[in-house]
Amino acid sequence: MARMPVQFRLNGSDRAVFVEPAETLLGTIRRGLGDFAPKFGCGQGTCGVCTVLVDGEPRLGCLTLSVTCEGRSIETASGLADGPTLHPLQAAFMEHFAAQCGFCTPGMLMAAKALLDRNPNPTRVEVVEAIAGNVCRCTGYEPIINAILAAAQQRGARRA
Amino acid sequence: MLEFRKDLFADERDDNLNVIGKGEQRQDMLGHVTGRTRFFDDHGFDGLLHLKVVRSPHHHARIRSIDVTAAERAPGVKRVIRGQDVPLNKNTLLSLIDFGKDDEPTLAVDKVRYKGEPIVAIIADSEAEALAAVKLVRVSYDPLPTVFDVQEALKPGAVVVNETYPGNYFEYHDKYDHQKLRFGDVEAAFRTADHVLEERYQMSPIEHASTETNGTIAAPETNNRYVVHSCAQGLFFSLGTTAKILALESNRLHFIGGTVGGGFGGKVDSLTEPLAVLGAILTGRPVRYVLGREEEMQFASPRGAERHVIKDGVMRDGRIVARQITSYFDAGAYTRLTSYGVVKCVAHMPGPYTIPNVRGDAYCVFTNRVPATAMRGFGVTGVDFSIEVQMDKLAHLVGIDPMEFRILNAYRDGDMKAHRRVAHNTALIECVQVVAEKVNWPLSETARRASSLSGGGGPRAAIPPTVTDESGRIGRPETRQAPPQLTPGAAPLPAHQPRPAVPVYQPPPAHQPAAALPNYPAQPADAAPLPAPAPPVPNAPAPPQHGAARFSSVFTRRR
Repeated sequence: MARMPVQFRLNGSDRAVFVEPAETLLGTIRRGLGDFAPKFGCGQGTCGVCTVLVDGEPRLGCLTLSVTCEGRSIETASGLADGPTLHPLQAAFMEHFAAQCGFCTPGMLMAAKALLDRNPNPTRVEVVEAIAGNVCRCTGYEPIINAILAAAQQRGARRA
Repeated sequence: MLEFRKDLFADERDDNLNVIGKGEQRQDMLGHVTGRTRFFDDHGFDGLLHLKVVRSPHHHARIRSIDVTAAERAPGVKRVIRGQDVPLNKNTLLSLIDFGKDDEPTLAVDKVRYKGEPIVAIIADSEAEALAAVKLVRVSYDPLPTVFDVQEALKPGAVVVNETYPGNYFEYHDKYDHQKLRFGDVEAAFRTADHVLEERYQMSPIEHASTETNGTIAAPETNNRYVVHSCAQGLFFSLGTTAKILALESNRLHFIGGTVGGGFGGKVDSLTEPLAVLGAILTGRPVRYVLGREEEMQFASPRGAERHVIKDGVMRDGRIVARQITSYFDAGAYTRLTSYGVVKCVAHMPGPYTIPNVRGDAYCVFTNRVPATAMRGFGVTGVDFSIEVQMDKLAHLVGIDPMEFRILNAYRDGDMKAHRRVAHNTALIECVQVVAEKVNWPLSETARRASSLSGGGGPRAAIPPTVTDESGRIGRPETRQAPPQLTPGAAPLPAHQPRPAVPVYQPPPAHQPAAALPNYPAQPADAAPLPAPAPPVPNAPAPPQHGAARFSSVFTRRR
């Protein structure tokens, strides 16, 4: 089948790429555009390591077709930091030991960012719910939840 | 805050280490949170090819023929690899430390021994094309009878799973059918015990299920070398294994790794490295071989199944006087690391308790299940679980609090362990006391006053008279001669035959109750007494210990 051109914004930069009609957004971002932050874990939408933001909403990159992303804004963990300045979530993940092998971290960060962007002051239950689709097999959920809550608190303090 | 109770350990060095107890930032953390950590699959290559394998749908079958003509002509297919293309198509992982015989092909040639065993590898331009071509390979099979239970597999006449080990058990040092521990006389102790309790414990295989599946990208580098981005937990173990299977000098392989997306023991088998490198050699292009999630869950090695039968003799006052453990480890169809797990299991018998009569037998058994491998404390986890559940049952049986029961039977400094080594630096009693304190578990005054540092040694340091066989040895004589080694690519295997009858373990004849103790000769702990260790030099760094030296007692061949 013929390849199709797609244009979208990836971490603030306009990108154009040719994709197979059945190509996933995850495949396009990783192999097509060379941003390897989002990972492939299951290909079935069950583990969440491919989580990216599409127009601010968390999406599973392995189940999203690239052709549906025409004109949209995609964010991955690679674009979280502002130059050398870490996003509060990144700093909190470091501070709270919220990564072990690091494989779930990029997806986990994006799920957390989507939460904090729409709900700057989440409860613990809301945090748990927001990352419910992200599997961490090193089972570091508690430090991850604590890191997200700490990042929310820190952002709240900065705004005040 | 971490509490470091140095007072509990007699030999603890007395200088103050300055890292434990305070936070230290991990060196890889910045990479993890910025998405810059590169796992094996996070490397871009122009012209990357994708490898997928044809797997056996049968648990046990002879391969009659393999037809790859349609697959070779399929769109995008660049190369088809078969067993004959693998330079040394028979390997066992621990052969790198001279432990065990080569028993596993990279690609099956004449027989498959478990469901999911790889037979043919397809390399194509895309994953989809490789997967489509996999479906075009025609393999015709003669299904064979199967065996899935460890004790069934050890029975005379059981089907032979792995011809390298025709008895369906791993042969330790080429002649012993299992690992054995003998200390005192359990049979005599069972007769005098107030209670005897025998229970059976077992554990299913467990998949590690790391979020990153097993995989490798291999690519031609300059100077006739190959760069290998690997998920391996033991990177140089994998390098050695790949070099051996591909008959390459190891300096032609440039392994890059150390970033493992979850391993837990499931990434020590080099499941993908040899084929990916072979693919890069044969095509001259970068080749990526990654297991899909379904392959990872079904066919990548799990923690193996285990069965432990524990029989204990206990007195009304709570003293355990005899413990007999028979353990069966399901290696699956090939050895991989189970032989080593069994050694660790026997080293943990009979648990951290001083018991005057101990008998242990542990078998590494081959069945038609997916080969097992390492996983978090493998060899130890199952037997320790079984022993501790048994301890609770024994405590209940004699009506003693389970914490006190453990303190009563715990080993203490100076006690003789069943392995004929004196226990040093023991701290089980103190651990139980601390746990009881933390959870407000009431302990008696006696239990609270107990200490690992006192009450040990003396009569507890004695090695009891131990049953010996006709040759005067603690073990039984050699069970069988090693069979002729099958060489890869040699004459086709003979048609299926039931495995030859092997000598079946005969328990020693039951002792007749006797008025006087049987006249066993006492046995020395070692041929020569061990020299006393030099007193520790205060503040001196610990002498470097080389890994091979530490494991030498396990892996040195004893003939």
